[in-house]
Formats: sequence, C-alpha cells, structure tokens
Amino acid sequence: MSDTGTASSVRATDPPDGAAGDDGVRGGFARLADRFRGGDLGAIPVVIGLIIIWTVMQILNPVFLSSTNLVNLALESAPVGVIALGVVCVLLVGQIDLSVGSISGLTGAVMAVLYVSRHLPAWLAVVAAVAVGCVIGLIYSQIFNRLGIPSFVISLGGLLTFLGVQLWVLGADGSINLPFDSGLVTFAQVAFVPPWLAYALAVLAAVAVFATGYVRARARRRASLAATSMRALVARSVILLVGLGFAVWYLNTDRGVGWMFVLFLGLVLVAHYVLSRTKHGTSVYAVGGNVEAARRAGINVKFIYTSAFIACATLAAVGGVLAAARLAAANQSSGTGDVNLNAIAAAVIGGTSLFGGRGNAFSALLGVMVIQSIASGLTLLNLSSSFRFMVTGAVLLIAVALDSLARRSRVSHGRA
Amino acid sequence: MEPSTSPLLALRGVSKTFGAVAALTDVALDVLPAHVVAIVGDNGAGKSTLVKILSGVHPPDAGTITFEDRPVEIPNPAAAQRLGIATVFQDLALCENLNVIQNLFLGRELGPYNLDDVAMEVRSRELLRRLSAKIPTVRVPVAALSGGQRQTVAIARSLLGEPKVVILDEPTAALGVAQTAEVLNLIERLRDEGHGVVMISHNMADVQAVADTVAVLRLGRNNGVFDAAATSSEEIVAAITGATDNAVTRRRGAAAGRAAEGTADE
Repeated sequence: MSDTGTASSVRATDPPDGAAGDDGVRGGFARLADRFRGGDLGAIPVVIGLIIIWTVMQILNPVFLSSTNLVNLALESAPVGVIALGVVCVLLVGQIDLSVGSISGLTGAVMAVLYVSRHLPAWLAVVAAVAVGCVIGLIYSQIFNRLGIPSFVISLGGLLTFLGVQLWVLGADGSINLPFDSGLVTFAQVAFVPPWLAYALAVLAAVAVFATGYVRARARRRASLAATSMRALVARSVILLVGLGFAVWYLNTDRGVGWMFVLFLGLVLVAHYVLSRTKHGTSVYAVGGNVEAARRAGINVKFIYTSAFIACATLAAVGGVLAAARLAAANQSSGTGDVNLNAIAAAVIGGTSLFGGRGNAFSALLGVMVIQSIASGLTLLNLSSSFRFMVTGAVLLIAVALDSLARRSRVSHGRA
Repeated sequence: MEPSTSPLLALRGVSKTFGAVAALTDVALDVLPAHVVAIVGDNGAGKSTLVKILSGVHPPDAGTITFEDRPVEIPNPAAAQRLGIATVFQDLALCENLNVIQNLFLGRELGPYNLDDVAMEVRSRELLRRLSAKIPTVRVPVAALSGGQRQTVAIARSLLGEPKVVILDEPTAALGVAQTAEVLNLIERLRDEGHGVVMISHNMADVQAVADTVAVLRLGRNNGVFDAAATSSEEIVAAITGATDNAVTRRRGAAAGRAAEGTADE
C-alpha cells in the first residue's frame, strides 16, 4: 500500500485519536478539508452559490432581502422543494424521474376535481391525490424491476402520459379554482406559525441537536471511540439557535414563517432520518453506489428501487397538491413548464449526485432555495421568464459540472 | 497434509456441466483447519466453478460435499454462510460511497430503525485489529482506500459471520508488491486463527509464499495435489499446463515420486 508507514496512515490498533477521545472543532475542519480535496464537496458549493446569488440580487434590488420577499420566497419554495426531495430519493439509488412535474400537475388536478367538482371533503381529496402519486410510483417501479427499462425512458413516457391524464381529468374547462376560504388555500397562503411557537420550535431544534449529539458522544466515549467534544456540541447548538432565532425574528417582522414551509422542513427532516439513521437508508446508498455489491450483501435491491420510485412519485403528488393550494387553482399548465426541471435542478444543485449514491435530504432544501432565489430576484428586476429560464439553466449546468468535476477529482485521488 | 487431522470441508467426485461444457469432472478437494490450500490452474480449468460451488452460487451436478464430517448441500449463498463458508470474490463487492463500517455491516446492520453505529464501530475496529489491518480510519469512504486496504475490508467483512472456511478468489490479482505482501500476511493470520483458507491464484510466487498445499486443476479435473514447501513452481506450472501429461517419460524419477505423493494425498 502506497501510504504504508507515512504519518497519515494510522493503524486501527492505535488508541483512537488520543486519550481524551475528543474530536474537537479543529478535527472537524481538518476532516472537511480532507474531504474537499478528495472531491467530496458536500454542501459547500451550494452554500457559497446561495451567498453569491443573495448578494448580487440584493445589490441589484434592495427589496430582495426584505422580510416580505423572504416570507414569500419560503412559501414559494415549499411545493417545488417537496418535489425535489422526491427526486433526491430516486437520484440516490442512481435512477431518475423526469415526470415529477406531470405527476404534480395531475395530482393537483385530481385533488381539485374531487374537492371542488365532486364536493368531497378536502382531506379525502388530498389523500386520493397522494394515493394517485403512490400508485404511479408503484407502476414505474414494477416496469423498472420486471422489464429493466431505463428509468429515464419510463418516466419520459410517464411525462406525456400523465400530462394527458391531467388534461383529461380537468375536462373541457381546463381550470378549476379552489375556494379562497378553504383550509387548503388558507394553509398554503395565509397560515403562519405564531411567533411564540416559531421561537419555541427553534429552541427545540437546538436542544434536540445538542441532546442527540450529547447522548451520541457519551456512548462513543464509553466505547472509547473518538467523540465530538462538549465545546463543539455547544457551539453547534448555539450557532443553530442563533441562526434559527434570527431567521424567525426577521420573518416575523413581516408575516412570519409559513406553515407550508414548516411542513416542507418536517418532510426533509424525516427523509434525513430515514436516509442517515436506518438500515433502509444505508441500503439506498448501497444500491446507488454498487448494485451488485448490495445484492450480494443480501439487500432486496428490487424493494429498494420500489421504495425510491414510490417515495419520489408520492412526494411529487404532495408537491402538486401544495402547488395547487398555493395558486388556489389547478389548471392545464400546472406542473408543466419549468416545474419538472426546477425540481430536478434543485436536487442536483443542492449536491445530490446524478451518478447515484451521493447526496442527502438537505440538498432539496438548499437547492430549491437557489432556484427560487434566482426566480424571485429576476422577477423583482422585472425580467421576463426568458431570462429566468436562461439563468436557471446556466446554474443547473454549473451544478452538474461541479458534480462531474468532483467525481473526476475522486477518480484522480483514487476515491472512485 | 497430516492424515490425523480430519478435513473441515471435503469434496469428492464433484462434477458440474454447463450445457455441453463439462466445467468440472470428478473433482476432489480437502480443506483442513489452520491450513491454506491454493487452487491453481489455467484459464478455464474450473477454478471459478469450484469456488462458485463452494460458495453456493452454483449447486454441483454430482458428487458429495462433507463439512465437518457431515454430508451437506450448498444450494445458495445463504446456506454457505450458515455453514461457515465465507467467500471474498475477486471484484470484492464493496460500495465505494459507503464508509468502512457501513461496508462491513452492509445487509446486517445493527439496530435497523436507529443504527447502533457505536456498536458497529467497536466491532469493526476489533475485526480490523484482529487482522492487524492498516486502515486510516473506519469512517472514511472505501473510495479513499488503496487496493490492499479494500481487500482487507472485504476479508474483514467475510469474517463478520465467524466462518470456519474462508475462500479468497484471486486476492492479489490487482495489487502492487507492498499491497500483495500485506494481503499475504493477512492470509497467514487467518490460518493462524484456525480458519481453513482456500486461495485461488494465478501467481506462483504468492502460492509458494503462503499455501500449505497446492491443488492443481486442469481441464476441469484434478491434476495433482502438491505439498507447497516441497515442490518447485516449475513442477506446479508443469502440472497446470499439462506438460506432465505428455512429457512424463522425459522427466526423472523424482516426478513419478511426486505424482505418487500427490495421489496419496487424496
């Protein structure tokens, strides 16, 4: 082995990282730098990109970072963000779903038709719409598992098919308005978390991060493994508390934090838990990394694919319902245009690899922030959608280029 | 081979055909505890087929397999693992995006709904320490490891189920000199722990370095079992290429003696 005997190669027999067993802030930075050099960029490019975009937009139009605009930005990002979260799930297993836009449009239409035209209770209409997404995901996964057709072809077929179904469901009118006083529209447009609850949630998040970190560090120290130091744990929670507290305070100077955005955050957290803390999540990464290895390790590969396709289509359906509620209407153009590409772009821009097996749930959140910031900023500048498409396209290209370059760097570092 | 020790794993009269192709015909093999047996042979000699039979990928068409003096069948890979036969395939089957711990425990993670990564890390370190393995840290993705380190991870993973027999398919094929030495050390450590080790190899130097016995396959049949210490690599190569088949007369009497010794071993 080339690095045998060099200082960088620590034997597994050595006691882990010193007697104190603490892996402090400096250790964390060192690991980060090491990962960065090896081509594992993580969330760094997207965070830098977001800062650049926000700075430029703020210079071009001082309204951009106003709380009014950011409140809207958060609400706008929820539907596409939920769809992007689904896209992350399929990208992680190394597949893709190009029809998420059509699925979201169809399910929005199904919900509107059932609720408005058929007078079903709102919850039932929503459940039915989400169930439609679930079934679509099941169909995709069965075609994929049984016939072995590449997923981009399956979903390309689905894109047109479900667009057709959407138009058929909407019927001759082509547009169905949701009543403004309905719970759905209220939820998506004017329901905000009361300030005290928002602050309480911020505190709860910081406490939860500290508590889980503390329990984990204690268990690791007991097993004499390197553990995060108390100082790093406290620092992390305090930074989170200050960050969240400031965000809540700033948004509350206008209308506050939208419930729909909180729902999106909740879904991201659930997905993050499943992907990072469960056996199922590890299997998802394994299938995306090396299908054959996963199969030989006894993982039910077909089940993992099925779960990913269903998660994607179901989340697309949820996103479609949210989009319809936000617009207070479902029409023939719901889910068409840039919805599809925005969702996929958000996942990739956020750092989920198109090559499978790399990425995480938070990339949906970060990526959709970038996409919506561009859209919002350019709208504030009174630029037409032509510019928005061009800029979003360019940013997507940059993100994919970064992904490919990172992959090449991994290869040259012998890490791929 | 001392006749006093009974083999962990014994094959007798094993045959396997794929359509019209006879991959293995009437093959015998003994795997003793704390013993390294190298299986050598030319391309198409049936080495891979033999490994696949032992690891449960293909069931044999004929013949008996005895494991710890009990006749057994190995219909699938899970059955092989239950018996205590672990196989490290040539392509290692590791997920490069996952770290060492995740790879070691892939498919058998502890705590399915809230991963017990402390227990898994402790067990991983313990396993790697047992192998005296040099891995920078167990939390690094396998993509960051060298070929020898990956081989180590793959071998460590096979040991997770506490197997009695470990089969290594071309463990040194893709490795450099230093990494090869590392893996050979590992093989010796497995043997010292009492595992029966089956090693498939093309490399005579590696075979001579660690194997106790060398079983030669030629055209799907046994072509002699040699004591590695007492046999030169030229003689083994001769058995592999079949030079002994048509040039017996040209060889000195020693060859006949060795051949007799080989058959006596079976």
